[in-house]
Amino acid sequence: MKLARVIGNVVASRKHDCFRGHKILMVQPVDEYGEDSGPSFLSCDTVNAGPGDLVLVQQEGNTARELLGTRQDPFHSVIVGIVDAVAIDREGKKN
Amino acid sequence: MKLAKVIGTVVATKKSEKLQNLAILMIQPLDKKLQPVGEAIAAVDVVQAGPGEIVYYTLAREAAFALPEPDVPVDAAITGIVDRVQLEDKGINDRQRIFGKNG
Repeated sequence: MKLARVIGNVVASRKHDCFRGHKILMVQPVDEYGEDSGPSFLSCDTVNAGPGDLVLVQQEGNTARELLGTRQDPFHSVIVGIVDAVAIDREGKKN
Repeated sequence: MKLAKVIGTVVATKKSEKLQNLAILMIQPLDKKLQPVGEAIAAVDVVQAGPGEIVYYTLAREAAFALPEPDVPVDAAITGIVDRVQLEDKGINDRQRIFGKNG
């Protein structure tokens, strides 16, 4: 999963059925210190996240299918949580 | 999923039998500001997107699941036609609280 911040949303009235009833949000991946890292992408929201929220984004399809739909939905990316705290052990990271 | 613009169509009369009667479009990936990024790719269309339309597409194995018959050799599928992109980039709410002294 990735840490990312919500930077907007995409309105799409004509879309594959599996996305119906779900917001498609635009997310910007961030590193463990909250700095932007990598290109933004779209993700299917399941936790009612909004702009400025720090979220956990699941990118692999299987979990998306289990969480949201039938065995055969083309989800690729799903927002699975809104993050309250990130604690990094700086020393641990060095060695 | 990522944003893209439909820039053309691909006609392939001789193709994998499983790809028969599937519309294939050329799409140019776009960034959040709808500027072209990376190379154009061919993607199967399951939402009847038209030329010039802004769409979003799914990659990898999930693309095949967008199709009625999912065991097809497809790694990119257009799964939505975009009406509007609303950017609201305001950093991270409560960043100091979330990241503590690291933030």
